[in-house]
Amino acid sequence: MSQTFTPNEMMTVAAARALTNDDVCFVGIGAPSAACNLARHTHAPGIVLIYESGTLETRPNVLPLSIGDGELCETALTTVSVPEMFRYWLQGGRITTGFLGGAQIDRYANLNTTVVGPYEKPSVRLPGGGGAPEIATSCGQIFITMAHSKRAFVEKIDFFTSLGHGEGGDSRKKLGVTTKGPTKVITDLCVMEPDDKTKELTVVSLHPGVTKDQVIAATGWQIKFAPDAGETPPPNETELKVLRELHARTKAAHGGNA
Amino acid sequence: MAEFLSLAQAIEANVKDGDAVAMEGFTHLIPFAAGHEIIRQKRKRLSLIRMTPDLIYDQLIGMGCAERMTFSWGGNPGVGSLHRFRDAYQNGWPNQIEIVEHSHAAMANAYDAAAAGLPFAVFRGYRGAELPRVNPSIKEVICPYTGEKLATVPAVKLDVAIIHAQKADRKGNVLLEGIVGVQKEAVLAARRSVVTVEEIVDELNPPSPNSVVLPSWTVKAVVQVPGGAHPSYTHGYYKRDNAFYKAWDEIARERDTFTAWMDENVLRKGPEVFAAHAKKVA
Repeated sequence: MSQTFTPNEMMTVAAARALTNDDVCFVGIGAPSAACNLARHTHAPGIVLIYESGTLETRPNVLPLSIGDGELCETALTTVSVPEMFRYWLQGGRITTGFLGGAQIDRYANLNTTVVGPYEKPSVRLPGGGGAPEIATSCGQIFITMAHSKRAFVEKIDFFTSLGHGEGGDSRKKLGVTTKGPTKVITDLCVMEPDDKTKELTVVSLHPGVTKDQVIAATGWQIKFAPDAGETPPPNETELKVLRELHARTKAAHGGNA
Repeated sequence: MAEFLSLAQAIEANVKDGDAVAMEGFTHLIPFAAGHEIIRQKRKRLSLIRMTPDLIYDQLIGMGCAERMTFSWGGNPGVGSLHRFRDAYQNGWPNQIEIVEHSHAAMANAYDAAAAGLPFAVFRGYRGAELPRVNPSIKEVICPYTGEKLATVPAVKLDVAIIHAQKADRKGNVLLEGIVGVQKEAVLAARRSVVTVEEIVDELNPPSPNSVVLPSWTVKAVVQVPGGAHPSYTHGYYKRDNAFYKAWDEIARERDTFTAWMDENVLRKGPEVFAAHAKKVA
């Protein structure tokens, strides 16, 4: 394949492919939003996209900068209040897949978006959890997209903003959580899935041109690789075209970098 | 019944030093003009409450109006951090600010409970999350019917709610459309409320019998401030000024650029400057 692409495009495409036409998806801003809308414009035209601002079945033509851009409401089937969104739609168990990201992630896909350093005296105060604590436990499953680096993929996260697989094994079950939790972590280097038993994240495919050593160097714990880990299929022409057009429209709409 | 006042009168009469204030808006309909008036009137020691504090709370905090912020996501959406909030929280400039942190689900439920006159909210939340360790107001109950362990948070306690809406009629009934967030709940939860609107019309003409309408007798003051949500937006009137949200990152990063901007655009101006942003989409 002669087409070239960026690691970020590969990450978005890999995340989009993980979504199906039958998904009801709780979408976050940034990479998740790009992935969900790429899926909707390619292989999953029937996917239902829900943003926590209250927009149900939204079909944005440009990617929103914020979770409540007018574009989301104008292209939605309906818009509900925020208490209704969290009570009836999320807590009510109507979402199949939630998308999360974070500043830090550990080997069990627990996430931190709250603080770097101690909570009371942080070295960096981050925006906080927002919808994440309940998205993590109420959606059928969770996909996580994050840029892969040693700063983000850490041995120990500074704060447990949202539950992944806890301390591994049947941690979720012990906490009374019946949903699957993180089933895929998609980075700009590789795709990881939790091990069936231990729930520790394991690399299942490396993006084209990425080596195991690169992944090891960018991960703060001794990352495991599945024995049959292969190469992530590269983005095809259509995926790249649709994604780039989406970003170009977005950039034009927001007056600056998208 | 709602009184029609000027913005200065409405803030003077309804927002006192030390009040618990919610200026709500989930990205949409954020009452910026009202926030600027609070800054001009130099309110102090406010306890600010909002699910998604963004630029207007950054401005209030940076200008020394607040001593506490209760929130669930505090950032400049799609852009980054609130630099003035961070500076106050981490460095005590211009004063130390205390935080009370929740998840969105918790706050949405806490507003809902307050509007319903309940002392607390119950929901399935915070499982495996660390916030309950650092926020002692998050507790648990056992469901008396199923035995399920559920999270509780106290209902939001508000002296005053401030929101922006599309329009009010001459009686002071208010119509909200688009992403309506928790504004209805905030107004019903508060002892007093101030609503700024784009237009005052003879007939409200709600588009559906199920439209979000706040009856005049639930609102304390109505003020017409065209463009009053800018750089946020008003559905049906003007779009979110995403370029300004991006520009704010630079303005707020340093204390002196922030202070200069506030001086020029808030302290030396009045609510009439917002009118430049008010234009109705055909």
